[in-house]
Amino acid sequence: MSNTDFALAVEDLSVSFDGFKAIDDLTLYIDRNELRVIIGPNGAGKTTLLDLICGKTRASSGSIKFKNTELTKMAEHKRVRLGIGRKFQTPSIYENLSVFQNLEVSFPKGRSVFGALAFQCDDEVKARVQAVATEIGMDDRLDTEAGLLSHGQKQWLEIGMLLMQEPELLMLDEPIAGMSARERELTAELLKRICQNRAVIVIEHDMAFVKQIAHKVTVMHQGKILAEGPMEKVQADPKVIDVYLGH
Amino acid sequence: MNFLKASIQRYQLGSLLLLVLLLAVVLPLSLDIFRLNLVGKYLTYAFVAVGLVMVWGYGGVLSLGQGVFFGLGGYAMAMFLKLEASDPVSTKIQSTPGIPDFMDWNQITALPAFWLPFKSLPVTLILVVAVPMALAWLISFAMFKRRVGGVYFAIITQAVALILTVLIIGQQGYTGGVNGMTDLKTMLGWDTRTDSAKYILYYVCVALLVAAIVLCRWVQTSKLGTLLLAMRDKEDRVRFSGYDVSNFKVFTFCLAAGLSGIGGAMFALQVGFMSPSFVGIVPSIEMVIFCAVGGRMSLVGAVYGALLVNAGKTLFSESFPDLWLFLMAGLFIGVTMAFPMGLAGLWEEKIRPWWKSRRQALREAAVKPPAVAATPVVPTPEPEPTLPEGVGSQRA
Repeated sequence: MSNTDFALAVEDLSVSFDGFKAIDDLTLYIDRNELRVIIGPNGAGKTTLLDLICGKTRASSGSIKFKNTELTKMAEHKRVRLGIGRKFQTPSIYENLSVFQNLEVSFPKGRSVFGALAFQCDDEVKARVQAVATEIGMDDRLDTEAGLLSHGQKQWLEIGMLLMQEPELLMLDEPIAGMSARERELTAELLKRICQNRAVIVIEHDMAFVKQIAHKVTVMHQGKILAEGPMEKVQADPKVIDVYLGH
Repeated sequence: MNFLKASIQRYQLGSLLLLVLLLAVVLPLSLDIFRLNLVGKYLTYAFVAVGLVMVWGYGGVLSLGQGVFFGLGGYAMAMFLKLEASDPVSTKIQSTPGIPDFMDWNQITALPAFWLPFKSLPVTLILVVAVPMALAWLISFAMFKRRVGGVYFAIITQAVALILTVLIIGQQGYTGGVNGMTDLKTMLGWDTRTDSAKYILYYVCVALLVAAIVLCRWVQTSKLGTLLLAMRDKEDRVRFSGYDVSNFKVFTFCLAAGLSGIGGAMFALQVGFMSPSFVGIVPSIEMVIFCAVGGRMSLVGAVYGALLVNAGKTLFSESFPDLWLFLMAGLFIGVTMAFPMGLAGLWEEKIRPWWKSRRQALREAAVKPPAVAATPVVPTPEPEPTLPEGVGSQRA
């Protein structure tokens, strides 16, 4: 596979589970500074695609390149260290720790055993936690135990934990699931702010939200890409309408 | 002053000081040397229990084979002591003088090569910690790198405990078999069986235990401790935050194994023998019970757990030897059902809030006129849904 200027280049990617092809010969390029939204009916393989990129699932064949580094054989934590951050569908935060600790643990230093033993929460870390907490609007909740946060706040906290690592590719799996209208608005603003200087992939079902944030939309169906382009174009595509409205 | 107060709180020095006071002053003054020696023996199990707090309580990985590491440490020390007890003069009636008696009984005529390092005390002291840690590293590296965890890991550790027991019993000529290594007398010519030696060994044991607790507390308050808690909660999130999760588990498991080894060595020194009955499945599970009763999130609690359960064991098995096992099982079930955080949890969640509200009530009663104070009973505030102290105490 050739090298590209893209942040992420997925080429001819396939994965099958017991013969079922969840991702089927998929090719996808994400630009630096791009916010891409992936939509598609249930079972289209959207989450599986993110799993493949972050390493939770191993690819059967094909290539995933991040800044021209091949990822398919790489261990998960090494992909993260390259600059890939992934938010899970259900908010995945450390419920027993405070908001501060959740963010602090995500700070990309002291990642080895002895590094962690020697790690000091110095001014740099504190400043960064403060900055990220302000970004996600939780700077007044730093001492709260994360388990006591509302569902929407948990989603934000997880995004904040990813921001601590300053990833160059950020993947968000249904970031507004379970959020109120007001929270959705705030999240949209947040996403618009944080997609500066990095590539962002968002999986989402809410079309109004997608319209608000997406630079480009990719529609997936049965492990393949059905359509790709600006929201208006995709929405007018007869194949897409067909898949969404049924035959 | 504030810094001092903060660090006392952070390292839970209050409860540790109380424990030191009990172990170093109260017990030696109130018990005769026979009983104190028993306490010393119990404290050697506390090393294992403290290690289990790290592995099980913090790491979330239950090991049912900690007796293996206790045993390896104990055997390492016992081998040194046995060699010293088997000098050519005191073994001159053997067909090969100068080797341990059980070797002679098994027609072994020369000291096996793996016994040679145990002729030197410094090497032995290193091996007491190094051998358990090396085995722990081997097991845990193989398991955790393959993401084996939970019940499977517990079963495998249990299998290791069984294998080691079978090995020790089967290789009678090299290990002393089922009888173990007996008649341990002196360490570098110092008779360990005298009362004064027992006092000294007891205090050495207490000092080492306190050092072990401080070390573990330091690990808990470091970022590694926070990571362990985070891993127990959402392992994938930690992995996808750029951490190699298995390394942290391996480290914790090795730490616990090293501590258990020290406990085993102190056992051999204080009790004067070592046998496979401290290695196998049953003692390993007992050690988990000590930890569970004390509270698996509390280092100090684990020590109390080891002391209380063993004291109970001695007391009951003296009078009702048949009932003890049932009682022990009942205790374990009772603890997990009624107070899963053990005695330490009971203290933190029930007794301390009750005591605080009580003091509050008394204070209010003192301020208000007696007629009013007699009527309102201040309701005990519901304990907040927080973890025991030490969890999440790393707030900046």
